Order: sequence, then C-alpha cells, then structure tokens
Amino acid sequence: MRIKNMIVMLLLLVVATAQAHEHDAIFHALRLEIDAGESRENESVANWNLNGWIGGDTHKLWLKSEGTVSDHETESSEAWALYSYNAATFWDLQAGVRYDNRPASVAYFVAGVTGMLPFFVETEAHGFVSDEGDISARLHLERDWLLTQKIIAQPYFEMNAFAQEVKALEVGSGLSDAKLGLQLRYEITRKFAPYIAVEYERSYGETVDYAKRRGEDDSDSTITAGVRLLF
Amino acid sequence: MTCTRCFSFAMLWQNFLLVSSLLFATVGQAAEYQLEIRKETVNITGKPMQRITVNHQFPAPTLTWTEGEEVVVQVTNHMNEPSSVHWHGLLLPGYMDGVKGFNGYPGIEPGQTFTYRFTVQQNGTYWYHAHTKGQEQDGLYGALIIHPKDHEPVHADREQVVMFSDFSAETGDEILANLKKSSDYYNTARRTVGDFFDDVRDSGWKLAWQHARDWNTMRMSPTDLTDVSGYTFLVNGKTPQQNWTGVFKLGETVRLRMINASAMSFYDVRILDTENKRLKMTVVQADGRNVEPVPVDEFRFGVAETYDVLVTPTENKAYTIVAEPIDRSGFAIATLAPREGMKGVMPEQRSRALLTMADMGPMDMSGMDHSKMTQEEMKDMAAQMRSGWAKTGAPRGDKLLSYADLRYLGKQNDVREPQREIVVTLGGNMERYIWTINGKTMQEAEPIALRYRERVKLTFVNETMMAHPMHLHGMFVQLDNGQPAGKLPDKTVVTVPPGKSYSVLVTADAEGEWAFHCHLLYHMSTGMMNKVVVATLNDEQTPAPASLPVQTKQERAHAH
Repeated sequence: MRIKNMIVMLLLLVVATAQAHEHDAIFHALRLEIDAGESRENESVANWNLNGWIGGDTHKLWLKSEGTVSDHETESSEAWALYSYNAATFWDLQAGVRYDNRPASVAYFVAGVTGMLPFFVETEAHGFVSDEGDISARLHLERDWLLTQKIIAQPYFEMNAFAQEVKALEVGSGLSDAKLGLQLRYEITRKFAPYIAVEYERSYGETVDYAKRRGEDDSDSTITAGVRLLF
Repeated sequence: MTCTRCFSFAMLWQNFLLVSSLLFATVGQAAEYQLEIRKETVNITGKPMQRITVNHQFPAPTLTWTEGEEVVVQVTNHMNEPSSVHWHGLLLPGYMDGVKGFNGYPGIEPGQTFTYRFTVQQNGTYWYHAHTKGQEQDGLYGALIIHPKDHEPVHADREQVVMFSDFSAETGDEILANLKKSSDYYNTARRTVGDFFDDVRDSGWKLAWQHARDWNTMRMSPTDLTDVSGYTFLVNGKTPQQNWTGVFKLGETVRLRMINASAMSFYDVRILDTENKRLKMTVVQADGRNVEPVPVDEFRFGVAETYDVLVTPTENKAYTIVAEPIDRSGFAIATLAPREGMKGVMPEQRSRALLTMADMGPMDMSGMDHSKMTQEEMKDMAAQMRSGWAKTGAPRGDKLLSYADLRYLGKQNDVREPQREIVVTLGGNMERYIWTINGKTMQEAEPIALRYRERVKLTFVNETMMAHPMHLHGMFVQLDNGQPAGKLPDKTVVTVPPGKSYSVLVTADAEGEWAFHCHLLYHMSTGMMNKVVVATLNDEQTPAPASLPVQTKQERAHAH
C-alpha cells in the first residue's frame, strides 16, 4: 500500500514538473512486448515487458514492468516507476522505486542511468536497495541490426548481481544470473511488430546451489513468439 | 405629434445617415476579406480525412491584394481548438503578424473572430499559414499574391500560382507524437547490414569499417535526410494523378509564382518537355522581392521559400513541372499545356542522397597523414569531403540556381556595414527529437535583443546533419552572398545546408517582437525557435554582446 502511494506521488510530481517547465509539451513512448513459448524442458513460458516514458524533454516519468509466467505460475513480476532526468545528449539519470511481488514481495529504491552507448547500444544500468537493506544491480544492453527496413534482429544481454546473499530470493552474492537473447521481429508498422525470440539464461555462484536444491538446472533456454507494440 | 419634434427627428436621422455614409466610405476604401477556418472531411488521396479548410477550400484560397491598399481580414475559427493566421514575409505591425505570445497577439480561440487590419507595404509572391501546433500540416496554408501599385518590372503574358505542399495521412500532432517516440520513426532508408556489405564490396573492408565506425561512434545516420516520410506531394492541392494544369498559348511568356508551402519537404524543381529536356526558367523574384533575372535549369526549393520564374514554352506540347523531394520519395507533378487534359513525360526518380562527413561540418584533418594513404583512401577521403546533401543528381552541364546568383533588382537602401555579429548555432538532439538555437529550445532561450535601426550580421552555424530554412518575421534579411552591398538580395527564408555556415544582414527597422525559427514545422515545434525583440533603447539598456544569449565570434573562438 505504501509503495502504491509512493508511485502515485512520484507520477504526479513528475508530470507536474514537466508541465511547469515545458507548458503543454507532454509526450510519451511506451513499448510493450508480450510473448509465449516453450523452455528446453518443455515447460510453457510467457513473458511481458513494458518499458517507456511519459513527460517532456528534460523531465520524464519512466515506467517499467516485466515478468515471466512459467508452467502457469508467475515466476517473477516487477513494476518500476522512476523519475528520469535528461542529463546529457544520450543519457538520462533515473531514481525511483521498484516493487516485485514474485518471486518474493520486495520493494526497492532504484538509481541508475539509461541511454545509448556508441554503436547504438541501448543501455540500462540500475542499482537497487531493497526494503530489507539488500543491495543489488542490473545491466541491460540491446542493439538493433537491420536486415532489411522491416526485418530487424535485436540481440540483448542482461545480468544481475547481488552484494550479499538474499535467502528470500534464493540468490547468492556476486553475479547471480545472466541472459543472452536474440529477438527477430518484422515491423509491419513501427507500432506493431510480431517477433520470435530465443533466450539462454544461466545462474552463477551460490545461486546455482539454490537452483539445484529446487531440482532445477543451472541454465535454461526458451523459444517464444510474441508481439511488440509501441504506443 | 408636433411639427417641431417631427422636424428635429428628421434632422437627426439625416445627420445620422450623413455621418454613417461618411464612415462607410472610409471603411469602403479597405478591402475586406473573410476567412472561415473549419475542420471538414477532405478527400485528397482517395481516403476521406478530417483536415482544416478555409472557406470550405483545401488548401486555403489564394488572396490577391494590391500594394498600398488597407486590408481588413476577418478570420473566424470554427474549430474546437485555438488557431492563428500568419502572413509569411509581410511587413506589418507586430500585433498583426499572427503569432501567439508575440506583441500581445492572442491567437484565435474556438468560436472567435480576429480582425487583421494593416496597410500592404510591398508586392510579390507570399503565402499565409497557421502558426499554431500542426495546423499548417493539416491544411491551413494558402497563396498570397500582391500586385504592385503602379509599375510591374516583370513582363509576362499570364501568370499562375504553383504552390507545392506535402500531404500526410496523419495529422501534424500525430506526426510530432511519433517523432517524439522515435526520431527515425519515418526513416524508410535506415542503414541495413546489407548496406554495410555493399560498402565492403565497393570500397573494401577497411574503408567500409571506417565509415561504419565514424557514424556509429557519433550515433548518427547517413540516411537522415528528412524527418518525415509517407507524404503525398501536391501542387495547388492536387496529387500527381489529379495533375494540376496551367494553360498557355504558344509564344506566351508565363510567370509561375512558385511557393513551397510544405511542412517539411525540400524539392529539386525542373520543367521537362516531351523529349525529357529541361525548359529554361528565368528566376525573377525570390521570397517576394524582385531579383535580376537568372536563367536556370533547376533549383533547390527550401521550405517556405517562394521563387517567381518566367518560362516561354516553345512547342504546343505538354510540359511537366517536376518537384522531386530530396529523399526521392515521390514527386509533386503539374503540367503546363496548351489545353486541359494533356500529360507530359513522367520523370524517373533520381537516387537518394547519402550524407557524407562533409555534412557534419568542418573536418579535423590535422591528425591525418596523407602520405601514408593509398590511392583508394585518398579517393574516398575526397568523396567524403563532398557534401552528400548538395548532390542533386542533375545532369552534368545543367545550371542550378545558387544563392550566390541572386542580385537585388535596383539598389538596396541600407548598405551599411554591420555594427555587430550574432552567431546563431543550429543544433539538435536526434535521440530525443529536440532542436535548438544556440543550444537552447524556445522555452529555455533568452530573446535576442536588437536596437531599432541597428544593422546586424546574423551568422548561422549549422551543427546538424539537416538543412534548416531559417525564417525571421517582420523584416527581410539580406543574403551575404558575395554580391556588392547594394545588390545583396532580400529573403524571408535562408536555407543553411548541413554542416555549413551562412551569414545574412538585418536592418532592425521593425519595432516589436518577432518570431525567428526554422521553417521545418517539427523543428520549430520542438525548440528551434526564438524571439527577436527590436526596441528603441537608450545607451544603458543597449545589450552588451556578452550579456546576450548568443555568442559573438570572439567568444566562440575562446570557447574552443
């Protein structure tokens, strides 16, 4: 409940700031990807990923939500609300909150950057402090390769690291997991693009032990098909 | 009823009639015009769409005025959003210029009428358009022709208005929202992996990799010629299929009053005969001001510019007026013919230009060791130093109009040397679709202050990869194009090519607040605009160059 109030407060604050600074120039760009498929172990998987912003040139409210449903059970689910400040041509500084209700109910403070590296590498790097005081970080990189004007291959990479073991999340300290994926989409329009994606995910360090105890492998791969919307 | 009362009543009535007829006589000298702005269904491309009409016409009707007359234009806004009408290139009181937030002009709220009233001080080919959000894209634009009071120095047997525009299936507001989502939203020629391998095949791995690395390091694209695509190009509101036709009689000289009323499109303009040969055009006017005649085969038409050209068809055949947008995504086509219903040759699409490093601005060559370069590399370097933007694809030997060719007809009144120089840096952030003047958007910028009658040199420095048609309201600027002082041509719009600098001279003889902006609609609405204030200041108020929001050349040099 507290976290919900915080998100609403943040939203109002950002929109008010943006409006005060830039009159009526409020825009938005939100990307939603929804897909479903199978894992190597023939389990069903489904993912959602929302990423985007509402606001002006300098001040934005950045929203993110992503999660995975595996074998009809929600494996992970997170929602983010960040204040995003345009600090340099290609970079935004961000701060805000993140709330996960799976695998465990945890709230985080978030600080980080989002932007574009040379060679058009879209980059997100965030650090987190949980309501239990645990510290962690995530790095996400992706890049579009145009095969044609309509067919686009997008490799992506993501990794999570923890400063300490977090029993509730069944992760050890250090690098906990990394994933490497390739999405191949067909842009029927810039706003509507069906895709297929393959992804390889792997756990590291003590996190592997947690997985083994659950009777799971230290790695998994999935193939999914879905649709990417821009609005 | 007594007779005295009757008498006095009659007297009163007579007086009233007399006074009112006198009043009407005065008003009667002013020509009155009504413009009714509406959102209505129009069908341009075969698909009905809600667009803006003026007096039920799309695009807005052509207004024809005479120099010296006082005009009264009553503009009524029947839409449910605010609107405005701006008279492009006209010298008039600031309140009548039609830009909200300038000189107290209030805009035209829904259901309201604004009455413009001013004396026409000039003649030539102009146009008028909305200065509110995306309404110019949506149809609020029309031609404005002003005939001279007495002597017309341009001799023609007949004249036609040829107004080019870019029509979109999306509204201006939708286009802007999409550009803000992704600045390459409309780029249909993005570089692909295949393009890279073509480059490898053409120039080898090393050079292909060098080009890719340069563009990738800067996070820019060599195909970023125009921001918006998917347009249907119109001539006087007609598609190429509908083929607007101007009729001539053999032996006549026809004056074509060409207006680029596009929101975002530059064109290469030529006229073809049935053998695909070019009909000579003689440029006699630019942006409403007469120039010494310049015969040309082709000219590049900047957004919001106007050119009057004379043509003399030599055969009783159909001639094709071709305006090809620089991203080569179609044509605006019209026909000149002895009668309606004829069609001339259809041109072939030229190839799309690819930007080069020269379009990025001056290159730093100090680190290069030319002696170690292979012949391939030298050739490549030479190619990279030629502007991709300037490459029109016109046949060799064709005369293309250059700004340097333009000479004022007669002699300029003000030939003073400029008292100071103001550097106007044109910049942008393609990642966020923000465009700036001196690093600032309209909201962030301080106005540029000019003293009344001051003579100033504005030097545009284009640090972006796109050409910007820069427009100052309320005053003409003189192109510093190398002609003698008395011959510098007047312009309302000056196109500054990518990576280049260009200077103009201004005599600040119009008091008030004037919009100063890039005439690419979505560049203006995302920040490439500022306010120029011309005021009578005493010495203490005179802005010292250092306190100005713009840098002088010396300061710039220091900053480097």
